[in-house]
Amino acid sequence: MTRRTRIVIFAAAGLGLGALLGWSLAGIPHFGDYRGPYGYILNRIVVPERHTTNVVGATVFDVRGFDTMGEEFILFAAVMGVVLLLRGTSPRSEADEAVEWVGSDALRVVATLTVGAAVLVGLWLVAFGYVTPGGGFQGGVAVASGAALLYFAFTMRSFRPFADEQLMDPLEATGAGAFVVVGLAALVSGMHFLHNLFGPGTTGTLRSGGSIALVNWAVGLEVAAALLTLYSLFLREYVVPLARSRT
Amino acid sequence: MTLIATIVPLQATVFGLVALGAAAVVLTRDPLRQIVVSGLYGLILVATFVVLQAPDVALSMLVVSTVAYPLVVLAAIARVRGGKSEQHEPEPDREEAGSP
Repeated sequence: MTRRTRIVIFAAAGLGLGALLGWSLAGIPHFGDYRGPYGYILNRIVVPERHTTNVVGATVFDVRGFDTMGEEFILFAAVMGVVLLLRGTSPRSEADEAVEWVGSDALRVVATLTVGAAVLVGLWLVAFGYVTPGGGFQGGVAVASGAALLYFAFTMRSFRPFADEQLMDPLEATGAGAFVVVGLAALVSGMHFLHNLFGPGTTGTLRSGGSIALVNWAVGLEVAAALLTLYSLFLREYVVPLARSRT
Repeated sequence: MTLIATIVPLQATVFGLVALGAAAVVLTRDPLRQIVVSGLYGLILVATFVVLQAPDVALSMLVVSTVAYPLVVLAAIARVRGGKSEQHEPEPDREEAGSP
């Protein structure tokens, strides 16, 4: 295919795409114009019925909890695929894992303080996920990423204990399984799958939302363990072996 | 019960920054620098969601765009380059330009 042919094809395709894009842009709703009824309904019913002040949290973990369970298992399956592909393909090298990339003491001090703070912020995001903005997903990523700082400021050897596969595999499975168990518990009690089992509790406290707290922690655990596994594999398979070629 | 809001100056500012940031990500050619620029672009989006009063989305954006995504891309680039110098290799697409 010559350059001229390509340009002709691109011009035709570009014009078509531009026309469709312009047509659809002309028809989009105005800024801030929300048409669906669900947002209004949720805003009205969640606080009186579930007593959770974060409507988004209650929506994700209760009103559409079944979808969230699907999403959780998407992450679970994706991480499992990565593990199957990458784990054990290259032999572990103690020497590579002990290579220190950072020579600055100041950076290490800052990183040491940041690791604790990031993990704490992550746990806080999970714990208060249904009271204030946050939730199991965001908190879980923050916890895992805080721990991953250990690799960036120190060595793979420092990070490894926090992403140990003997520990992470059961934790991840527990997180994913606990979600289903909460759902089945409602089924056993003669209600719908994932029906909220406990009373709504006190509005605006950690004791609100009933099953939401359990499901939220299950997701937090699953996400944190999944990302730690993912980080550990990527760093070990892709980044740590570079130490050999650099030195 | 529809509510049509008007764009206030703060929102206009972040929208402008989003446009600039997105252009900056596309115009950065070196993938390694692009990670940093895309992380900054992610932070702009975080600010956008805060301004639009969607703190949950802002938190998700924060952890994904500035922490999780750069880490995975960084690992992939490290692997692809295999510890070689940071020179650009010629793009293979160019070679077939003259062939019929």
